Amino acid sequence: MPVERLKGLHPGRGEDDALEEEVRRGILLTSLDKGVRWARKQSMWPVTFGLACCAIEMMATGAGHYDLARWGMELFRASPRQADLMIVAGRVSQKMAPVLRTVYDQMPEPKWVISMGVCASAGGMFTNYAVVQGVDTIVPVDIYVPGCPPKPEMLMYGILRLHEKVRTEGQFK
Amino acid sequence: MSATDTSSSFDPTDASPAEELRQETMIVNMGPQHPSTHGVLRLLLELDGETVVSCRPIVGYLHTGIEKNCEYRTWQQGVTFVTRADYLSPFFNELAYCLAVERLLGTEAPPRAQVIRVMVCEMNRIASHLVWLATSGLELGAVSVMLYCFREREMLLDIFEAVTGLRMNHSYIRIGGVVMDLPPGAEDDVRGFLATMPGRIKEYEDLLSQNPIWIQRNRDVGLLSAEDALARGVTGPALRAAGVGRDVRRDEPYSGYETYEFDVITRTEADCYARFEVRLEEMKQSLRIIEQCLERLREPGPVMVEDPKVRWPAELEVGPDGIGNSERYIKHIMEESMEALIHHFKMVTEGVHVPPGEVYQVVESPRGELGFYVVSDGEHRPYRLRIRDPSFVNLQAVPVMVEGALVADVIAVIASLDPVMGGVDR
Amino acid sequence: MRADELADRVRIAYRDVVVARGEVTVIVDRSDLLDALAALRDEPALGLDFLSSVTATDWPGRSPRFWVAYELYSMTHAHRLRLKVGLEEDDPRIPSVTPLHPTADWHERETYDFYGIVFDGHPGLTRILLPDDWEGYPLRKTEDLGGVNTRYRGAFIPPVDKRTT
Repeated sequence: MPVERLKGLHPGRGEDDALEEEVRRGILLTSLDKGVRWARKQSMWPVTFGLACCAIEMMATGAGHYDLARWGMELFRASPRQADLMIVAGRVSQKMAPVLRTVYDQMPEPKWVISMGVCASAGGMFTNYAVVQGVDTIVPVDIYVPGCPPKPEMLMYGILRLHEKVRTEGQFK
Repeated sequence: MSATDTSSSFDPTDASPAEELRQETMIVNMGPQHPSTHGVLRLLLELDGETVVSCRPIVGYLHTGIEKNCEYRTWQQGVTFVTRADYLSPFFNELAYCLAVERLLGTEAPPRAQVIRVMVCEMNRIASHLVWLATSGLELGAVSVMLYCFREREMLLDIFEAVTGLRMNHSYIRIGGVVMDLPPGAEDDVRGFLATMPGRIKEYEDLLSQNPIWIQRNRDVGLLSAEDALARGVTGPALRAAGVGRDVRRDEPYSGYETYEFDVITRTEADCYARFEVRLEEMKQSLRIIEQCLERLREPGPVMVEDPKVRWPAELEVGPDGIGNSERYIKHIMEESMEALIHHFKMVTEGVHVPPGEVYQVVESPRGELGFYVVSDGEHRPYRLRIRDPSFVNLQAVPVMVEGALVADVIAVIASLDPVMGGVDR
Repeated sequence: MRADELADRVRIAYRDVVVARGEVTVIVDRSDLLDALAALRDEPALGLDFLSSVTATDWPGRSPRFWVAYELYSMTHAHRLRLKVGLEEDDPRIPSVTPLHPTADWHERETYDFYGIVFDGHPGLTRILLPDDWEGYPLRKTEDLGGVNTRYRGAFIPPVDKRTT
């Protein structure tokens, strides 16, 4: 089903807007913008939202072998108010859906969402009454990482793509 | 007011203002999104200061509808669903399901398949206990333990990936046996693992067993007597730590467990530390069993029953995305034999036809007695599939262990019970 | 005790005893349930003191419609027995066994949640796995599987129970 992107919720903008803004505001703000974007991607702190099997793979990604600390992300914050990334790892049941939205709302801007695994991206193999068929019906998602569960390398690739996305999109309106 | 004023209403020796304050208890909600509750478990705690007056676990935040979904899928597809229930011990779910269906069918897996099943299950037991130790350590503050345990788990997951194609949720144990034989080199990997693991377990013992902080947080915390445990249906390490030597592998053996030598570990203190000791020792016993399995795997043999109405029709091999049909088999059904193609089609779309009946099959999962109640009405799909998950039942004992204790003990208690919410909520 | 020995012991007291696939199943009426559980537990040779699981199966169109199954295990003798009670469609009530086996607490809540079978005397019969305001009893055969159509390569594929191909 098509997903509506509500205004004001998506942190990035299109390319044309970025170009106009840059021309208007000059060089100083552009450098500041680049610096801010670099800082944001360098230490993105995820909030612990591990639900099911994907959570174990997320923990394995944060552990020693596939190290998330290389990108400054080893610190999984327990409180959403101190985090800027939510990795929805696992199947979201109908009972959990309001909790997911509450945690998302409690995160301060700018925030990003990675939906890890097919259950979070599209309901996975559980097309039934109990599982939400894709968390993008509840929160806006930036990166979808498929897999059941995705290997840590796949999650790392998704995280790096998100870093690229943050690095190349303008933040100042 | 002066010190000699005796008409004042304030008397510092009077305890009633503090008493009034203490009558109000605080209701605190822990979870479902919480770093220490082992998944999406929600606890409603009524606190009097730091002491827990009452505790109510609320589950259901991971309910996936696996049982209903299996009623609409064929018997073979059931393995894929059921393996994701208790996601830390996927082989056990598959094993219990396949044993139940094989009992309904009246067949048995070939001996080599049974040995492979026991071997991967015991490796899964070690992997599950490693995650338990990692998360328990992390929640109680011992962060290094988490990194060490995941390091060992990576060794196990590499073996699983070589054998089954996936790191978790394997769908390897199927009705009639296992889906394919061990690849060349797997046995050497397992031998290498058996050589390094005892030293690593000793590392954990050096780190934790005599650690005064670990002892203080776990000794005499979360006491669950044998009577309470049995009344609440608790099984597994929590029951064995209370002195009851109940182990399904010993009492109701399956898959040839009566022929293996291993000890059932019990302790009598019935606290969190006793459960910690029981699980560490169980890891060592699992290593013993794996070694015996390797001995028996020297003789080659089939790994799937011969009956064409039961066995998976294809010849499979490990590909980049898991297990799939081999090139040679695809050539056979597409170019060489029409009957093979029809047979393959019927077996894959319709599958096995299981005679009517009902069966309750138990296995000893790392968390306790895992039971599958399977009802068939003769169709190619299950009629009812009920997973008696040990974590679901063990969580009923949390209020008993926690009421009267401090809030910090709640974390230690839940960590020592090792619940997996996928199994609780299914 | 082996299954046939156990069945012979139990047949002294109960008529409806079935032995199949190495398991003994006893069928009792709803009114005899608590007495039967107490007797099976207290008889020294049987000693069925551990309740493993309580669950139900739905056979719509048949009478009785619901069959509630209790899995009993003996810690001393290491044998198993299943107790089954049939419930009619218009009266899905059954006494709760929590006074005898406190472990039945959550099992009965789950059975109520999934099938709508009311357990009389349960200390707190509420929904456990589904949200508290859920309507309907999803595991009944008359309920749909649920879920939405999945878009795949341009087509909309319905959930499993609605597919015609």
